[in-house]
Formats: sequence, structure tokens, C-alpha cells
Amino acid sequence: MSSRPELQAPPDIFYNDAEARKYTSSSRIIEIQAKLSERALELLALPDDDVPRLLLDIGCGSGLSGETLSENGHQWIGLDISQSMLNVALEREVEGDLLVGDMGQGLGLRPGVIDGAISISAVQWLCNADKSSHDPRLRLKAFFGSLYRCLARGARAVLQVYPENLAQRELILSFAMRAGFAGGVVVDFPHSTKSRKEYLVLTCGPPSINTSVPTGKGEDGESCSEDESSGDEENQTVSISDRHRPRKRQKITKKGKGREWILRKKEQRRRRGDDVHPDTKYTARKRKPRF
Amino acid sequence: MRLLTHNMLSSNIKGVANGFPLGIEVEKVIEKQVELSADFLRNLFPKIEWKALVDAARTMGYAELPEEVDSSMLDSNEFLTKFHHALLELHLEEGALVCPETGRRFPVTKGIPNMLLHEDEV
Ligand SMILES: C[S@@+](CC[C@H](N)C(=O)[O-])C[C@H]1O[C@@H](n2cnc3c(N)ncnc32)[C@H](O)[C@@H]1O
Repeated sequence: MSSRPELQAPPDIFYNDAEARKYTSSSRIIEIQAKLSERALELLALPDDDVPRLLLDIGCGSGLSGETLSENGHQWIGLDISQSMLNVALEREVEGDLLVGDMGQGLGLRPGVIDGAISISAVQWLCNADKSSHDPRLRLKAFFGSLYRCLARGARAVLQVYPENLAQRELILSFAMRAGFAGGVVVDFPHSTKSRKEYLVLTCGPPSINTSVPTGKGEDGESCSEDESSGDEENQTVSISDRHRPRKRQKITKKGKGREWILRKKEQRRRRGDDVHPDTKYTARKRKPRF
Repeated sequence: MRLLTHNMLSSNIKGVANGFPLGIEVEKVIEKQVELSADFLRNLFPKIEWKALVDAARTMGYAELPEEVDSSMLDSNEFLTKFHHALLELHLEEGALVCPETGRRFPVTKGIPNMLLHEDEV
């Protein structure tokens, strides 16, 4: 079975009591959620004036991400489709207000009232059609349209997402842009399969200095290890992709692992003393589908 | 759910033109003390629909908010204390929110409103 939760069951089924329990018992999950939330809050770039804001946490789940907002003094409203996850948030006595709701149905909030929104690992769920009545495009449209409306002008939304592939990321981003948002994707640790994280950083309203996309961590990757905890944050530089940039480069790297790459890897392993098959004309040759 | 959230929520049932403010059916209200931040209140004040807040607070059993307000009152500690209490310390623990146009009830249990729409409401 796929390791992607999105392909296993609808979110209100996948995030059942057992899954929700992990959000109180697994220190790894807790740590990752906290890190992602802190980074999202940083990317929100709220004015540096110590004034507590009214924020939204979309797919707030067990409230781990909300706790980061509370720790920084903010008030928040959290929305989640899973009652089991929200029960964990209740147990945890989070300070924000919780709502059961489906972001794909649109957010029922008054226009222009929210100072910023974060979402941790939730929005990619909209790309799945879990019911026959679900059309991912309509749901993405309802979500981004309502998100745009409820945010104050100039406010940001930072959505950390795990798109399944390039097409999914493009789909999500295109609906954000269509709703009127400016911004793009920030990728932290792009060369690490484990640590790689992407954030849609969206700004509401007319473009300003505020709408430029901030820099990602660890683009050059020299210092970036595969280990979640050992990124050297000081040395890391930019990775930006936004809608003003052609996506060609990414498409090329996507085709990726060709003959050259495989030969290089084999050479590396030979140098390490591993037992490696000799290179022949068959190496990295495309296989027929029936193979 | 606190009245802060109530003041921002609006019914988004398909076809509803004005989903604000949601009516409140009270079964149980609880109070939780939180620290007052004048900065937060001042920043939020322009976004508050005052009449809706006054009415909601009254429904929840708190009738101390003035009917009329202007931003100069944000300098008064007495006013801030009441505003803070109504906005952040009263919780609708059990009850329902009601769409002002359609009368559809959104049940509130353990302080959490269920805002999920039925398929024909989307
Ligand atoms: C990886 S969890 C993140 C949990 C949360 N950030 C926390 O700190 O516990 C993703 C959450 O997104 C929620 N979710 C998925 N699809 C949703 C939808 N359509 N509307 C609202 N929430 C959704 C899930 O129920 C789940 O709680």
C-alpha cells in the first residue's frame, strides 16, 4: 500500500483515534510539527511589533501547530475535518478556538478579518476526490477563494504542503494564483529527500515589497545532510520558485536519473568497495512496459 | 468557542447572501480567564462587528458591553476589561449556531461548532 496517507482513505477516516493518538505520543511527529509550524510562522512575516494577531490554522488537527502560535502570543482559530484529531486538541487544552469543517467547502469567515493563516501538511488533501461528489478543482477554488476573502489586505497565508508530484503542486499553486494571491513556493533543503519541505507563501492584495517570496533554506545542499536535525541553518541559501519563473529547470531535473547518474552512482559504490555489476550497453536502458 | 470566533464566522451555505451573524442557542456557557492584551484588542477593534458582539454577549448572559462605541474608548481600562471578557473569556460549551437566513443549526459540542455542510449545501 502507498505510504501517502492521502491515497489510503479520506482525511476524516484516516485521522481516526489511533492516528490522532500519535500526535500526543510520538515525539518525532511532535517535533516535526513544531518545526514546520515555527517555520510557517516565520514565513508569515508578521509586523515586528509584539502585537498579538488573529490567525487561522487550517487543518489544525491535534493543535500542535496552534500551540506554536499561542507560544508566540497570538490568538487563533483552527479548522479541521477530523473529530478525532480535534479531540486530541481538546485533551491538550489548546488556547485557540476549534471548528469542525472541511476547507474544501470554503471557509465561512467574514471578509478581511484574519491577520494571517498557516496550514501544516493539510492542503494537498484537497487534490483527492474522496467522494463521487468531490471535484478537486472546485474544492481548491472554494478553499483559496474563501481564504483570500477572509484575510486582511496585505496579510499572508503560509501553507506547508506535501504535493504528490509536480502536477499536484502546479494545480495547488494555480488555484492560489487564480484566487488573487501573489507569491510562490519556498523550498527548504531541496536536495534532501527527508528534510525537503515546501511552503506556499501567499500574499493577499496588490503586489508590494511584501509579496516577494522569501528564501528557502539549504538550496545549495553542500552542508545539508539527510538527517532531519542536522541542517546547518547558517550556511543555507535561497531556493525560490514562483510563478514569474519558468519551470523548465525543474522539469529537466525531474526526468533525472538517466544513464549518467546511474554510472556515477555505480562508480561511487565501486570506490567504496561494493560489489557492483559491470557497466554494459544494457545499463540504465529503458525497459519495455511488459518487462 | 469564544465570541471572538463567533464575530468572524459566517454561514457559507450555498445561496445564502448574508450569513452573519449566526444566531446562538445556549445550553452551557463556561468562563476561562485569560490575560488581557490591550494591543490585541486595539488591533482587532476595527474588525469587530460591534452590534453582533453586544447581542451575542447578552445571549451568553453578559450584558455589560455598551451599545455604542468609538475607538477613543480603547483608552479606557474599564472598557478594555469588558471588551476582553466578552471576546475571549466566555465560551459557548454546548448549544448551537444558527444560520440567520436558512435557520440551519450547527451543533456545538465540547466547545466545538460543527460547521460541516451537507452535500446539497455546498
Ligand atoms: C498532518 S495533519 C496536521 C495536524 C496539525 N497541524 C497538528 O498540529 O496536529 C493534517 C490535518 O489536515 C486535516 N485535513 C485534511 N483534509 C482536510 C480538509 N478538507 N479540511 C480540513 N482539514 C483537513 C486532517 O484531518 C489532519 O488533521
